[in-house]
Amino acid sequence: MSKIHVQTTINEEATEFLCEPRQSLLEVLRETLGFTGTKEGCNDGNCGACSVTLDGVLIDSCLMLAVEAEGKTISTVEGLANPEGLHPIQQAFLEHAALQCGICTPGFLVASKALLDHNPEPSEHEIRHWLAGNLCRCTGYDKIVRAVLEAAQTVRASA
Amino acid sequence: MPVAWIPSLMQKLTEGHQQIPVEGSTVRQVVEALESLYPGFKDRIVEHDRIRTEIAVAVDGEVVTSGLRARVGAESEVHFLPALAGG
Amino acid sequence: MSAGNGYKVIGTRPVRHDGVDKVTGRAVYGGDTRLSGLLYGQVLRSPHAHARIKAIDISKAQALPGVKAVLTGADLPKTGDTIVDLGEGPARLKYMSDNVLATDKTLYSGHPVAAVCASNVHIAEEALDLIEVEYEVLEAVLDLREAMKEGAPQLHPDMTTQEFGEDTGRTSNLATHFQHKLGDPDTAFASADVVIEREFNTATVHQGYIEPHNATAMWNADGQITIWTSTQGSFAARAQTGAVLDIPVSKIKVVPQEIGGGFGGKIPIYLEPIAAMLSKTSGQPVKLIMTRPAVFESTGPTPGSHIKIKMGANKDGKIVAAEAYIAFESGAYPGGLVGAAAMCVFSCYDIANGLIDCYDVVLNKPRSFAYRAPGSTQACFATEHVVELLAAELGIDPLEFRLRNSATTGTRRIDGVVYPKMGCKEVLEAIRDSEHYKSAAPSGPNQGRGISVGYWFNVGLQSACTASVNTDGTVSLSEGSTDIGGSRTSIAMQFAETLCLDVDDVRAQVVDTDSIGHTDVTGGSRVTYATGWAAYKSALDVQAQMCERAAQLWEVEVDQVAFEEGVFSSGDKSYTFKELSGHLDETGGPVIGRATVNPDSGVGGSFAANIADVEVDPDTGKVQVLRFTVIQDAGKAIHPSYVEGQMQGGSAQGIGWALNEEYYYNKDGQLDNSSYLDYRIPTSLDLPMIETIIVEVPNPGHPFGVRGVGEANIAPPPAAMAGAIADAIGVRLQALPMKPSNILAATQASESDAALAAGG
Repeated sequence: MSKIHVQTTINEEATEFLCEPRQSLLEVLRETLGFTGTKEGCNDGNCGACSVTLDGVLIDSCLMLAVEAEGKTISTVEGLANPEGLHPIQQAFLEHAALQCGICTPGFLVASKALLDHNPEPSEHEIRHWLAGNLCRCTGYDKIVRAVLEAAQTVRASA
Repeated sequence: MPVAWIPSLMQKLTEGHQQIPVEGSTVRQVVEALESLYPGFKDRIVEHDRIRTEIAVAVDGEVVTSGLRARVGAESEVHFLPALAGG
Repeated sequence: MSAGNGYKVIGTRPVRHDGVDKVTGRAVYGGDTRLSGLLYGQVLRSPHAHARIKAIDISKAQALPGVKAVLTGADLPKTGDTIVDLGEGPARLKYMSDNVLATDKTLYSGHPVAAVCASNVHIAEEALDLIEVEYEVLEAVLDLREAMKEGAPQLHPDMTTQEFGEDTGRTSNLATHFQHKLGDPDTAFASADVVIEREFNTATVHQGYIEPHNATAMWNADGQITIWTSTQGSFAARAQTGAVLDIPVSKIKVVPQEIGGGFGGKIPIYLEPIAAMLSKTSGQPVKLIMTRPAVFESTGPTPGSHIKIKMGANKDGKIVAAEAYIAFESGAYPGGLVGAAAMCVFSCYDIANGLIDCYDVVLNKPRSFAYRAPGSTQACFATEHVVELLAAELGIDPLEFRLRNSATTGTRRIDGVVYPKMGCKEVLEAIRDSEHYKSAAPSGPNQGRGISVGYWFNVGLQSACTASVNTDGTVSLSEGSTDIGGSRTSIAMQFAETLCLDVDDVRAQVVDTDSIGHTDVTGGSRVTYATGWAAYKSALDVQAQMCERAAQLWEVEVDQVAFEEGVFSSGDKSYTFKELSGHLDETGGPVIGRATVNPDSGVGGSFAANIADVEVDPDTGKVQVLRFTVIQDAGKAIHPSYVEGQMQGGSAQGIGWALNEEYYYNKDGQLDNSSYLDYRIPTSLDLPMIETIIVEVPNPGHPFGVRGVGEANIAPPPAAMAGAIADAIGVRLQALPMKPSNILAATQASESDAALAAGG
């Protein structure tokens, strides 16, 4: 199967890769590009562990073919922090102990950031609704929701 | 004198008795004492000079790790239970 | 050894040591393992619930370009009648090996029959389609009660029922029979004022961890095997792999990667021997990751059950007798979990007369494995139902009834064990004193409140710890307990507390099987307790050695050196730990503290309770959780945030178990709902905030009073939910899950019709 050359932007860096048409974006991120922060939990769009944003829209990268990344902008968990430090969401997750095994955490962080980009002052219900596409088996979601509420405040305060 | 508690399914070996006072300051001595009262009992508990791994021995409510060498006090209870862990 | 107050580190909430890696995506989980020359494997699984393998033709798969090796059960070492003992009793090696790759029979839909490795996972999957397996389909049995009947299809024609060390010689699908008896239940029942008897069914459920099983193996040219895997126990994985491959454990190194959830399901091995054998044949490292459907279809779910409970009480509110019959699914092979259910079923109550009769039954489902306090949830659901009915019949408030009959220090359980100091009563009192309980119960139409209490005994087992003092006063702490919930930090905190160090100065690491002493699994709620204890002892070892070094420096006798509040002193001389660390090279070289534990006593069990408020939609039967509180005895909460996390996590799993989760098999014995879409676990939208109340009845058997908290919290939720639903709609369900269709049936029909709706 001959490979296709794709040019895209990942975490604000121009990136190019070769991939087979049948490879998902998730597979290419992890196997070809080394962005193993995005996780595979189910590979059929039900758990959200593979969440990334595509042109600012939250998606499951297991449901997108890598070739569709041509000309698009993708953000993964690896793009959240910067050299100055962690993103407020990452910091809030740590302080609220909003992770136990941590496998769902990258997905939740990307999803939470997408929420705050879209709605800077979400209510608890709005957070729960937005994050319902991300499954967590360890935490029961309580501390995750609290972390997002606090991160929202922090982000608003520094805006 | 320590008391050995016999699991329900083993009581046919001990003539139906559940609680049997026996002399012994180690689990080994208790088991030997039970064997002399009820020949054949030891074989159900011990293999290759060790407690069978599917059986846990509890002395005074605590599962012991030193098997036959575990100490038994004058007022102790010795129980034989299925060995279990968790998840 | 007692838990005092005034701790510097214990009870605080530091950011966990592995936290930054986990929120930046840098942490390496098993699926992230990268090695040069890595090949990718996949597993072919039987579609039949019960079949004989007549032939397997792998030639076409081998010929596919990119395929490097193909494996079947015939390639694993022959097991014969070998019995292995990996610490929990003798087991037929054939059962363990056949569950990795079937040889003569497949016993459940999803049973592995072959494996392939190739240069990428897609080629490996294509190769699976080219493997031709000739099956002779056999009659299957997937229903627990059907499997117990005479004439049921027998999975293992030579398997005889084991009765506590005795081989009964009887062949059937009954693998094990336990019985516990205390006092004289027959007489006690006969004289009781009230006797209530009910029957229950619970469906098969899965642990549901988000990370699929994975293993990467390299079988080196020198015969050394390295395995990178997400596991709850590196040493357990090593032992099981060595047994299946018939290789000494000294030739196997297991390198634990970070693990994305386990809950008991990642204690058994599935992929490790396959990865190793594929690596041996191909000469390259091989990685296998289970697909999500395979996780559901092929890995140990926890037992579905059939339970009967009978309890008798007197007018004064005292329970005088209790009887339980418990039958558990063991799945395709013996080695099930009903023994634990027997220990937990009446464990919250002081009952002088009782009988518990329980069975593990094989049937054509994947082999059952542990799921968080395995057996306790099913038993608690049943017992608490009858307790509520007794209280109602006697006209006694249900919480008051529980308090009156609460097990306490010195209570003898029906399996004979006498409780040491424990906190059942305190947990029940915490229900009574909680803001939630004191608030008015929801009183709208179809709203209700329920309470429940459950237990898990916890285990000790073996752990090891080594601590290397760095010259800047920090310590590198190595331990072998894979970290599924933040435990490496709780272990570091116990070490830091002992030496008055900052927790950030203790660098905790989970290391491989060549780098630490034998450490038993991360499970059984044992890590904070046992590995924490090993950390504490290794800190004392460091302290003793550092005192000797100070004595050398100050040229005094070592008994003239004191250590207090982090400072070594003798007369007017003193060094902080940090200062003294800078002098190790001139006093004999590095200081390494070490300790091992295998506690003979002092494992403290934990009780957990719930208060649940619900609303039931009368048109759909859907249950909404309005408010939920979990109370648990932690003995001493080392890191309260992670204790709360365990309590909330177990509650969420218990709520899913209560309301929706079940394995759904079609008429061909295949699992129809092997995806997160249809095996529906709770989402953030299904749950409210989960209030936590940590009770601390210190465990006298641990230096800081710790009781493991990982498990007991999953026991009470289905019972509390059943009570709340009963309060809401007037019908008390007797089957799990209490899914919308079952609730609608219960509200629309009579109680006796709905009561025994089985869970699939």
